[in-house]
Amino acid sequence: MEHHTMNLTLKVWRQKNSSDSGHFETYDVKDISSEMSFLEMFDVLNERLIAEGKDPIAFDHDCREGICGMCSMYINGRPHGPWHANTTCQLHMRAYKDGDTIVVEPWRAKSFPVIKDLVVDRTAFDRIIQAGGYISVNTGNAVDANSIPIEKDKADLAFANAACIGCGACVAACKNSSAMLFVSAKVSHLALLPQGDPERKSRVINMIAQMDKEGFGGCTNTGACEAVCPKEISITNIARLNNEYIKAGLTVDK
Amino acid sequence: MLNAKIPGGPLDQKWTYYKGHCNLVNPANKRKLEVIIIGTGLAGASAAASLGELGYKVKAFCFQDSPRRAHSIAAQGGINAAKNYQNDGDSVFRLFYDTIKGGDYRAREGNVHRLAEVSANIIDQCVAQGVPFAREYGGLLSNRSFGGTQVQRTFYAAGQTGQQLLIGAYQALERQVALGNVKMYSRHEMLDIVMIDGKARGIIARNLVTGELERHFGHAVLLCSGGYGNVFYLSTNAMGSNVTAAWKAHKKGAYFGNPCFTQIHPTCIPVSGDHQSKLTLMSESLRNDGRIWVPKQKGDTRKPNEIPEEERDYYLERRYPAFGNLVPRDVASRAAKERCDAGYGVGSSRQAVYLDYAKAIERYGLGECSKLGIEDPTPEQVREHGVNVVKEKYGNLFDMYEKITGENPYEVPMRIYPAVHYTMGGLWVDYELMTNVPGLYALGEANFSDHGANRLGASALMQGLADGYFVIPYTIGNYLSNDIRTAAIPTSHQAFVDTEKAVQDRIDRLMNIKGAKTVESFHKRLGKIMWDKCGMARNAAGLQEAIEEIRQLKKEFWSNLRIPGGIKEMNPELDKANRVADFIELGELMCIDALQRNESCGGHFREESQTEEGEAKRDDNNFQYVAAWELKGEGNWELHREDLVFEVAKPSQRSYK
Ligand SMILES: Cc1cc2nc3c(=O)[nH]c(=O)nc-3n(C[C@H](O)[C@H](O)[C@H](O)COP(=O)(O)OP(=O)(O)OC[C@H]3O[C@@H](n4cnc5c(N)ncnc54)[C@H](O)[C@@H]3O)c2cc1C
Ligand code: SF4
Ligand code: FES
Repeated sequence: MEHHTMNLTLKVWRQKNSSDSGHFETYDVKDISSEMSFLEMFDVLNERLIAEGKDPIAFDHDCREGICGMCSMYINGRPHGPWHANTTCQLHMRAYKDGDTIVVEPWRAKSFPVIKDLVVDRTAFDRIIQAGGYISVNTGNAVDANSIPIEKDKADLAFANAACIGCGACVAACKNSSAMLFVSAKVSHLALLPQGDPERKSRVINMIAQMDKEGFGGCTNTGACEAVCPKEISITNIARLNNEYIKAGLTVDK
Repeated sequence: MLNAKIPGGPLDQKWTYYKGHCNLVNPANKRKLEVIIIGTGLAGASAAASLGELGYKVKAFCFQDSPRRAHSIAAQGGINAAKNYQNDGDSVFRLFYDTIKGGDYRAREGNVHRLAEVSANIIDQCVAQGVPFAREYGGLLSNRSFGGTQVQRTFYAAGQTGQQLLIGAYQALERQVALGNVKMYSRHEMLDIVMIDGKARGIIARNLVTGELERHFGHAVLLCSGGYGNVFYLSTNAMGSNVTAAWKAHKKGAYFGNPCFTQIHPTCIPVSGDHQSKLTLMSESLRNDGRIWVPKQKGDTRKPNEIPEEERDYYLERRYPAFGNLVPRDVASRAAKERCDAGYGVGSSRQAVYLDYAKAIERYGLGECSKLGIEDPTPEQVREHGVNVVKEKYGNLFDMYEKITGENPYEVPMRIYPAVHYTMGGLWVDYELMTNVPGLYALGEANFSDHGANRLGASALMQGLADGYFVIPYTIGNYLSNDIRTAAIPTSHQAFVDTEKAVQDRIDRLMNIKGAKTVESFHKRLGKIMWDKCGMARNAAGLQEAIEEIRQLKKEFWSNLRIPGGIKEMNPELDKANRVADFIELGELMCIDALQRNESCGGHFREESQTEEGEAKRDDNNFQYVAAWELKGEGNWELHREDLVFEVAKPSQRSYK
């Protein structure tokens, strides 16, 4: 790949802690290689800030290969930046050109309070899973794995939904801060499998109740979530979720 | 003498015998027993869920914002199990044997056999939890092969197997959280073990959001804190993976087993520049279908597609006809290094080889066309169908490659080079997964136990889940059954006070250095020393130099480090400093261990000990042991040996030719 270097202007959200009101700070960054990842550009900037005796920018990240769901930057008005089906950590600087200005903010949602700078609290997602995002099977209870064949198409679809990385970009993109895409991915993953059947009704009801309790907004079908989801979770899942919810409400017996 | 407590009797009866005779804890007593688990990767999450289900009171810790983000999430290729669903001759014995041989006869027979025995249960458990493994059209589970084996026993979920397994374990864990059996502490980092009367009885953890230190009591402490590949700075591990939990245990008396045994994975995306923060693996499963080659001509600068077939050197197929591209990782990595060092490397750095999918696309394309009844398909048709098959099998890996390099691997061969990937070494544990410190256990990659000097692909996921789901639930009872009368010890106990103070003092010391250099710069320098002198090839002179250089680096670190910010707040630089300080000490021990082991075995290649053909040469007479190191004082370790006895898998020169 051909590569080049560039100079950029970064406007980054700085917020000392959850009670600070926060503000944008502007940084000029120089000699950034197009081969760097977006987070490596932040590494370079942070090294410089430390050398200058300033506080580096806090941001979440771990795997840096698009799978852990930890990175979470809102880049020029779009969660995870400009590339399709991509996480912040997979974004590379060849997406930009010399002289660009890039605005970087944390996820914005009432249910994801800012902890510091670009770091937010997404534990609400864990609590939604606690409400029912599982199959109740204790270790040791399982039957032979091949005793229940599952149609390949169904298994593949369940997998596509299980691929959600719990990053929260869907919430950050949504003007209502709705968590429906995330919840629908988990409900679909488990509802599509025979193993998930026994708890199908209680699961959807309890997960939605928890989602509401956490203060996530309702879904008005704008599709912003699907457009930014790094794992291409389909918005048709939300229809499935609504369907499951209605069915469960009609017939729930426990 | 180290006692591994391996049960007597024939190899294939040991685990059954153990389970039938170990002490049990009754349900009422379990509720009174508290267990601390550090880490929520496959090992930690499966242990926390299973122990919670049994009724123990569990506290689980991780440094990420959610237990679902543990580094296990990144595992790509698959998980082994001796199911023999493919009817291709697999069995518990064969999995055991492949693992022992793959590990170059430096692992314990008893442990490895147990691992092979429980492997099948893991797949059952995961499927029951809803883990969507790949399936065939008939609805049954699909398998693929991995390096170092000749059967298809690897279960997978596209290139996201670790993610799917971890989500399964995470969901089981969250279910126990909901039921109140497990209390989860995320964004917490364990910084020391609390010892009372010679037993591990708790931990000191730092809340990474507030910076406050916390004391937690446990009747037992399980370290499931992962591997230490990041001692090399650049590795395929997640950025946060670190040795701190294991190192603190080591400082409290736990022996460190075979620290120099590291795995360099042959197929990773090569380094692109100084800014590089980590390396990305291209799953070993790609070697199933991809072919590895370099030009036959030195320094060939033509584009790969311009190099005709007869001018390509498929060096793995040439050197190892029996296993070809599927030789074990250590062998494949060294072979790539050999070609690049000899001047045949490709790409701008010349430190890369090609992994080529053109043939596979053609082969699959022809197969599909034939299945669809397309007669005399055009090359375009073949290609189109072939690309689709490859996409389904490896699509996410190909996408990942393109995002990083900007090149389309369906069009041009991928460039790959070996990178640090996994650490076979770790805390020494006995058969029950207990370290030599009573009440302190190590599971998953954090222990040294099952992979000897080289881990086979798809075996780490198997081991992590075996330890957590199927081993620790038995073995911990054997220990805790003696503790049913021990009431929870209040954290006002002097040992907690003193340990917390020691942790606080160290943090203060780090913050007060107020030097000029960043943590990152020290970590990079450490990584370079380790990679150059304790990496893919090692020799006595280099290791001795490395030890000196690391000691020097340590001095500089403690006198010239700069950490911005404060203590009682979120401070990632401080977190990193804590970890890098431990990596530096570990680096020294790794070099000492590598120097001591004057033989080549598995991933440990001592240049002084090789065959005429450049293969690793073991020295069973002198080194058929586990090196377990006891820390005696700063920079001072004592070696304890656990001799390895092979009653069933008789050591032979490993050959994949
Ligand atoms: C890119 C990649 C691909 C891989 N692919 C495969 C594969 O296909 N098949 C295979 O078998 N293996 C694979 N492996 C290896 C395998 O993924 C790991 O060995 C395994 O997942 C380790 O699991 P673990 O539970 O031991 O630790 P980890 O998953 O690393 O978890 C460590 C946990 O400990 C916590 N922790 C650590 N220190 C502390 C502390 N001080 N305080 C609190 N918490 C702490 C972390 O937060 C985390 O929760 C791969 C590895 C990599 C890097
Ligand atoms: S649905 Fe997509 S955007 Fe939302 S949490 Fe899952 S992966 Fe992230
Ligand atoms: S850092 Fe893991 S997904 Fe970005």
